[in-house]
Amino acid sequence: MRVVILGCGRVGAMLAQLLTGEGHDVTVIDQDSNAFRRLGSEFPQSQTVIGDGTDADVLRRAGIEQADAFVATTNGDNRNIMAAQIARHTFDVRKVMCRIYDPIRQETFNGLGLESICPTIVGAKLFRDALVNPVMRSSSPTASMAQGRSVPLTPVKPAPHQ
Amino acid sequence: MYILIGGGGQVGYYLTKGLLQQGHEVLLLEKDDRRLNQLSEELGSSITRGDACEAQVLADVGCERADAVIAVTGDDEDNLVICQLAKARFNVRRTIARVNDPRNDDLFRKLGIDVTVSPTRTILHMIEAEFPLHKVVPLMTLTRAGLSLAEVTVPQDSPAAGHELRSLRLPSSVNLALVVRGEQNITPTGDTIIEAGDRLFALVTADGEAALRDTILTA
Repeated sequence: MRVVILGCGRVGAMLAQLLTGEGHDVTVIDQDSNAFRRLGSEFPQSQTVIGDGTDADVLRRAGIEQADAFVATTNGDNRNIMAAQIARHTFDVRKVMCRIYDPIRQETFNGLGLESICPTIVGAKLFRDALVNPVMRSSSPTASMAQGRSVPLTPVKPAPHQ
Repeated sequence: MYILIGGGGQVGYYLTKGLLQQGHEVLLLEKDDRRLNQLSEELGSSITRGDACEAQVLADVGCERADAVIAVTGDDEDNLVICQLAKARFNVRRTIARVNDPRNDDLFRKLGIDVTVSPTRTILHMIEAEFPLHKVVPLMTLTRAGLSLAEVTVPQDSPAAGHELRSLRLPSSVNLALVVRGEQNITPTGDTIIEAGDRLFALVTADGEAALRDTILTA
């Protein structure tokens, strides 16, 4: 699968590495060339594009016209929303997703057919589950990490009173 | 009318003042405290603190009863989201967006923004219009009607100079609205004789603009 990722922050870079590791063809766009360091030295420079992801020409340079999927993971909700809509309406990319922090904005654009992930909702629910329902969750560290949770191997306990 | 404006930059400020003078109920949303303080002395209750991209903010200021929402921030993505939220969530009938990068014009319209205003394009057209080049200058675009208002100055060697308008057989896609000759404004009829130096103002379609050019400019 050919994937264009906008935003080489922690999420964008990790997604790029995961997909590349699974054999997908990934190109990453970011305005700041320093951000590409997060991809590691193995990641080919030819698959990074410096520029504004709401600029159709930049998206073209990243190969969006041949892309099967587009994911917008910058820190700006509106930037992600606009870039995703360009990918969908201007370039007819089959699978388009974006990150929207604001739950209400996510709900609204979901109604307009935009697929997104809201880290605010996901994060809050994970915390809730971890607090209220810890036994229901798998205690295996790897399984937890796959759900975005990190469980320390040695639980931190308050020092016993002497 | 109740009009909500997002973005208290220069455009937002003057727009708010103008609409207030016309007697409208206007509320300007500005998220930056410093800018808000600058403007609130003059605009009073017509400005409030808030990010117009936040649906909750729009709900709090009664967006659902707004007759129009106008997004004039310096960021196209913000203007797009403000207008889309207003339309999709609050059923605002008329949304108007400032489009800073003229290339975003088509996208905004495809996504249902009712009116787009591109200052960059407008400034370019105005500067172009200041040059006495012998060409058809688009002054203004009426998006929904698919028409633009174009201006052309009749050059000395124009094949149309000295001829009655009737004989030029301009197609229906060119609606010649006004002939300006020196200080004189002439409402054109079939009998009007076109002279070199006349400034012609016409409502044209895309085809019409080409026809106007061919008739007036091409020898």
